[in-house]
Amino acid sequence: MSNNNNKTVITTKGVTKVYNPKTIPVHALDGVDLEIKAGEFTAIVGPSGSGKTTLLNAIGGLDRPTEGSIEIAGVDIATLSDGKMIEFRRNNIGFVFQAYNLIPVLTAKENVEFVMLLQGKKKAAMDSRTKELLESVGLGDKMNNRPAQLSGGQQQRVAVARALASKPQFVLADEPTANLDSKSTANLLDIMARLNKEENITFIFSTHDQRVIDRARRVVTLVDGKVFSDEYK
Amino acid sequence: MLLKLAMRNIWRNKRRTIITATSIFIAVFAAVSVESLKRGVWDNMINGVVNGYTGFVQVHQKGYWEERSIDQAFSFDESFQNLDQKVSNIKAVIPRIESFVLASHKEETKGGLLVGIDPTKENNLTKLADKLIEGAYLEAEDNAVLLAEGLAEELELTIGDSIVFISQGYRATNADGIYKVKGILEFKSPDQNRKMVYMPLKCAQDLFALNEDGQNLVTALAFKINDKNHIPKIVETLKADLDTETEYDVMTWEEMLPELTQTRELDEGGSKVSQFILYLIITFGIFGTVLMMTKERVYEFGVLLSIGMKRTQLTISIWLEIVLIGFLGTLVGILGGYGLVYYLYNNPIKLTGEIATIYEDYGINPILITSLDFDIFLKQALTVFIITSLLALYPLLKIRRLKPVEAMRS
Ligand SMILES: Nc1ncnc2c1ncn2[C@@H]1O[C@H](COP(=O)(O)OP(=O)(O)OP(=O)(O)O)[C@@H](O)[C@H]1O
Ligand SMILES: [Mg+2]
Repeated sequence: MSNNNNKTVITTKGVTKVYNPKTIPVHALDGVDLEIKAGEFTAIVGPSGSGKTTLLNAIGGLDRPTEGSIEIAGVDIATLSDGKMIEFRRNNIGFVFQAYNLIPVLTAKENVEFVMLLQGKKKAAMDSRTKELLESVGLGDKMNNRPAQLSGGQQQRVAVARALASKPQFVLADEPTANLDSKSTANLLDIMARLNKEENITFIFSTHDQRVIDRARRVVTLVDGKVFSDEYK
Repeated sequence: MLLKLAMRNIWRNKRRTIITATSIFIAVFAAVSVESLKRGVWDNMINGVVNGYTGFVQVHQKGYWEERSIDQAFSFDESFQNLDQKVSNIKAVIPRIESFVLASHKEETKGGLLVGIDPTKENNLTKLADKLIEGAYLEAEDNAVLLAEGLAEELELTIGDSIVFISQGYRATNADGIYKVKGILEFKSPDQNRKMVYMPLKCAQDLFALNEDGQNLVTALAFKINDKNHIPKIVETLKADLDTETEYDVMTWEEMLPELTQTRELDEGGSKVSQFILYLIITFGIFGTVLMMTKERVYEFGVLLSIGMKRTQLTISIWLEIVLIGFLGTLVGILGGYGLVYYLYNNPIKLTGEIATIYEDYGINPILITSLDFDIFLKQALTVFIITSLLALYPLLKIRRLKPVEAMRS
């Protein structure tokens, strides 16, 4: 285990998100206070509409909270401009979305390469990392397939490989297994758990899935946009 | 990297590429065809008028064109006679003597424009013999004239009658002579039909005392030139060759026929409006495709932003993509446009009815023909390309305001 394991790397303070404040206000998040330590493997659970996606998007800087502050790796992300936020995300955060969100016209390899291309990595370094990642998610033989030529589970594994390509400190995954069968789910969880251990990447993922919850070491439950419970196992 | 990305997008989404390229292709195709037809129609008109009389280029003694004095005649010596061999693209040198005369028969007297010509060479440029409706064409040694139909009628002359000319000869000599009418010419232009008289060059030199000491004087040299694109080079060569400071004028048809040039400029002004409308349609057509393409890709843009592509990077790559497709569409548009224009050039549309008659009245071939001038293709293609490049900035606006979360929801 790494020696900074107990260092807090994500802090949310009073994070509140109100959608449609002028018409029919929806309080998706209502004062969320959380501290996430380096190397944690955390599940965010809660009923549908409880604010899981909203919270992950806010932490990842994809969406700005209405109130409250979010600090990641010592940076108050509210102070970052849009461009700096994108750059920060590129270098520090890997996203895995519920709907995979791969780029349809690119192959598995190209989807994974993309972030590294943006980071200006050398071709040789890019090639070896892409190969390594796709092999580690068990898709070494599907590098040149396009998303349409892959199953849901395979696509989600490409998405995980993509999220890790930039060597991020954090991976935020929104219901990564929602569309997967149990074999693919177990497979993906193994990969995530291994990366969490080996590369000391901090994982936060939302889920409804009991099998996933069982694998988490910390479970944060949201209800109506509030933290209902927060347990270490 | 962004270029590579753009290329990949173009290559990977062929359907989208083809739709966008097609809209640009149609735009270029339309712009090229319309402009080429317009230019072709004008060229045809100019060729009709210019070849009917002046030719594209003439050489005179300095100031002759304004003053039209017989005293401004100059020697048609060997250096002039050989110009068709010395200057490339001059196909023939056509000497003329032009002067106003009083023409009489019986009690009638009318003003006329007498032109002394080399019958063979003149026919080569203006197809004068084709205008003959009675009698026979001139021979170099004849002591006879061809008269315009209108003038002959007013003077009540027919073939074989004698006509008397009175005028002023070279350096204030008196010029008068009596000639047989050898043929009657019909001119479509009423003005020409009322005044033209042709006689062989030698005959005219005798009448105006232009060859007293064998100097072989003439008042104008016209040139047979097949392609008007050769004019600038020919004019340049002639100007370098001749003393244009004090001795000679080298004039193009544009300088000799300012009314025609003005009419054309006027027409071009008018067609600016129709061209503007065409460009407007083109702009909306291409904009429609760009709009569609942008809308279709909002989701993709959202993903790219969320995984760390900067808005500027995304914008540039999309811009490059559209511009590259624009380039492709433009290229194909030029080729396609050239195909159509080339076909119409070789198979021009024949005009019929009243319009055809009007054309013929002015000695113009009644056809709608296109022009193959290279600059048309260049200019139109460039315009469409620039429009496309500007429209390609539209996604920029979209991308600037795009919220990744919302974009990915779509
Ligand atoms: N863009 C939006 N505009 C308006 N309301 C929204 C928007 N996004 C989410 N909401 C609302 O905010 C609340 C929280 O939504 P969120 O997507 O975070 O829930 P969730 O916990 O991820 O649900 P699920 O488990 O179904 O994915 C819901 O009531 C939802 O309807
Ligand atoms: Mg959700």
